[in-house]
Amino acid sequence: MIAKRGAFIISNLTKRRQMRCMKAFLTPAALTIAVAICPVQTAAQDSDFLPGGKLVLTNATSSIEGSSGGGIATWATIGGLETDRGFGVTGHATIIELPDYGWQSHGIAIGIANRVELSYARQNFDTRNVGAALGLGRGYTLNQDVFGAKLRVAGDLVYGDPLMPQISIGVQHKRNLDGAVTRAVGAASANGTDFVVSASKLLLSRSMLLSATARYTAANQTGLLGFGSGTRHDYAIEFEGSAAYQLSRRAVLGAEFRSKPDRLGLGEDDWMDLFAAYAVTDNLTLTAAYADLGSIATFEDQRGAFLSAQLAF
Amino acid sequence: MFSVIFALAMMQQSPPDSAEPVDWDKEFGVEEQARDPQTGEIPVAEYPQSHDNAGAAPMDDAAIAAHFGGREGIRMIAARTVELSENDPRIAAIFIAHDTVRLKRTLAEQFCYLLAAGCDYTGRDMAAAHAAMGVRMADMNALVENLQQAMREHDVPFAAQNRLLAKLAPMSRDVITR
Repeated sequence: MIAKRGAFIISNLTKRRQMRCMKAFLTPAALTIAVAICPVQTAAQDSDFLPGGKLVLTNATSSIEGSSGGGIATWATIGGLETDRGFGVTGHATIIELPDYGWQSHGIAIGIANRVELSYARQNFDTRNVGAALGLGRGYTLNQDVFGAKLRVAGDLVYGDPLMPQISIGVQHKRNLDGAVTRAVGAASANGTDFVVSASKLLLSRSMLLSATARYTAANQTGLLGFGSGTRHDYAIEFEGSAAYQLSRRAVLGAEFRSKPDRLGLGEDDWMDLFAAYAVTDNLTLTAAYADLGSIATFEDQRGAFLSAQLAF
Repeated sequence: MFSVIFALAMMQQSPPDSAEPVDWDKEFGVEEQARDPQTGEIPVAEYPQSHDNAGAAPMDDAAIAAHFGGREGIRMIAARTVELSENDPRIAAIFIAHDTVRLKRTLAEQFCYLLAAGCDYTGRDMAAAHAAMGVRMADMNALVENLQQAMREHDVPFAAQNRLLAKLAPMSRDVITR
């Protein structure tokens, strides 16, 4: 009863504040503008379409596959700032500047009740002079669409038992748009589907975030060089791991590792990076990393700068 | 069209401030509870007191408490957390109905006990203290942000802040009820 009364008083106060603001726009024509400008608050933000509510940075950043995660690794986190109710959404853009290549990707993810994540990313891989050397033409760009779905099956990144991580399962369906190239390098298919299982936990007592992912995949260079080899899809389990240290509520330093197969005999290497992420506002997170992507299509030592921006609501 | 919007807006005007104030206590049948003249707290029903009610074991490392400014610093941080939350539109509705005099004391005792700064926790256990509040995860996150702000204002190093949060986070089981 008392709590109800409290909430009632708050909503009453809020309404009055709103009316006072409305009075500043007393001409009828201006009133419609006032409706748009004057703050409409509810006591617990129950009616908001994008309610937000996650602790800053706990929605993680966006991985190159569009799913919530680190830069090159997928995490068990669900994108968007919503908690256990409502919707959240993120959008991101990433560039990786390498000695012989240029990577650009962008995408969106929708989080539903911090339970389900649906994501899409477009990857554009500019082969620059390598394209000319391989007979594709200078600046030939490989393109791939990645459609992802992720389900949080247990645990919570922050709360609950400190030894019980947040665990998610996911699928990433990849459609390479350069089938002629993937066939030419010996891949079995231009399309493929990865299956991932992730466990992530923020160990507050150490200010550390740890994440591990097993990926069952047939992708060559994450799919940019197609899937499988010859006529076989030959799936294998690959590993992704991240460790990050929280410097403050808004700043994180970390390292990532991602193992990769070498089905095509082109000397494909494991990937790693060292990253710094900063939440400029509760909604904007910038990530800068030094990424070592090893050998790509026989061009070795592809190390360079990784930059990513993510907007989240 | 505009005149209709105008008329609707006028009809929604709240009564002027000078009008006869409504006795909301009478409207809702609320009985005034007398505060204890010594402590300023509203008496609560008796319950078994135990350190177990604090919801976690004290920290092994008693040196962490120094980062919080010892017992007095911890008391001020707990009080500031409650004040921020009372004025936080996201969760004020949860706090407005509660005895914040008592809450400031028991919260300070709990933090002090968990930080091994030599206090006894005399409050109720977390499940009993949060029953029927209907706390959601977003509400708990808002409280965490207010506690973080209070600790920041008292220059508690971030790693030490997280040591306390690490003690509190598992209590979500008993605090988040919907």
